Amino acid sequence: MSEQVHGTHNHHLDVAPGEEEHRSLGSRVLGYLLGLGLAILLTATSFFIAGTDLVWQPSIPVAIVVLAIAQMGVHIVFFLHITTGPDNTNNVLALAFGLLIVFLVVGGSIWIMDHLNHNMIPMDQLMQMQR
Amino acid sequence: MSVVAMAHGHADPHHLHAAEHEGPAPKRIVTGFGFWIFLLSDIVMFSCFFATYGVLVGETNGGPSGAQLFDLKNVAIETALLLLSSFTCGMASIAADMRNNLWFQISMAVTALFGAGFLALEAIEFIDLVERGAGPSRSAFLSAFFSLVGCHGLHVSAGILWLLTMMAQVFAKGFRADIQRRILCFALFWHALDIIWVAVFSVVYLLGSAV
Repeated sequence: MSEQVHGTHNHHLDVAPGEEEHRSLGSRVLGYLLGLGLAILLTATSFFIAGTDLVWQPSIPVAIVVLAIAQMGVHIVFFLHITTGPDNTNNVLALAFGLLIVFLVVGGSIWIMDHLNHNMIPMDQLMQMQR
Repeated sequence: MSVVAMAHGHADPHHLHAAEHEGPAPKRIVTGFGFWIFLLSDIVMFSCFFATYGVLVGETNGGPSGAQLFDLKNVAIETALLLLSSFTCGMASIAADMRNNLWFQISMAVTALFGAGFLALEAIEFIDLVERGAGPSRSAFLSAFFSLVGCHGLHVSAGILWLLTMMAQVFAKGFRADIQRRILCFALFWHALDIIWVAVFSVVYLLGSAV
């Protein structure tokens, strides 16, 4: 008869995306403020790095991409409230699948098209051959 | 039978079969999850625009490149507007949960103003580019640029229409359960647009100016 316990225990297994657990007004506002502060910090850093001569130039694109990914993470946690908690498993799995497709499409396209560009005969030579 | 039931309980330590007895999830969770799936598919669609832009970014056909065209000060203001609108949208979600009509309408109105300011700056930028002879038909790079950034702008426009609809619905019908679900979905949509804008300003504007 211990099965009964599990039934009631599992009642609140899931949380809708964007939904916070039951928290007080103050802590919810504080959460958004914290997210806003972190996002402003990361945005300001990326705009600063893009225009500065202070850092090694080839590192700039990498820094911008890393800062962008960090800021997306901040938005997902503080604004969309997608967490790694057990009540969020479905949301995180859907997000993970979406990200897989995004990386396949973007990475695959740029990789393949870059190689095609390298391996193609330059356009002016191609025109010569067709004459 | 009880022996089978006990064995079943032990063979299922993660309670995988407990869900069979629970019935469907509450409607708010089903709606929110369904909208989350839509948002992810929207993000996949944006990734196609990003891939196109990434492939075509160098194909300027002798025309201007991003570094010659982009005004980073304008982009910084656009970014600030969209970020602040995301914050006020969060305040509107809290007000909706608290069923506070006044704060909900104020936060949503401020969100709409920030969004409209963003759209106005983007429109001015686009008109300026076209007048300088750098319209979408100038080169493959500019076609991809206008498609990607314009698609995001269209999403923001649709978001503002949805926002105004939600203000009117709350005004006319109050915080009913179905209206609350629509507010949840709208907030998800608006925050997701801000995430896509982070990718746009980093990849298109900052990388385009830095390289």
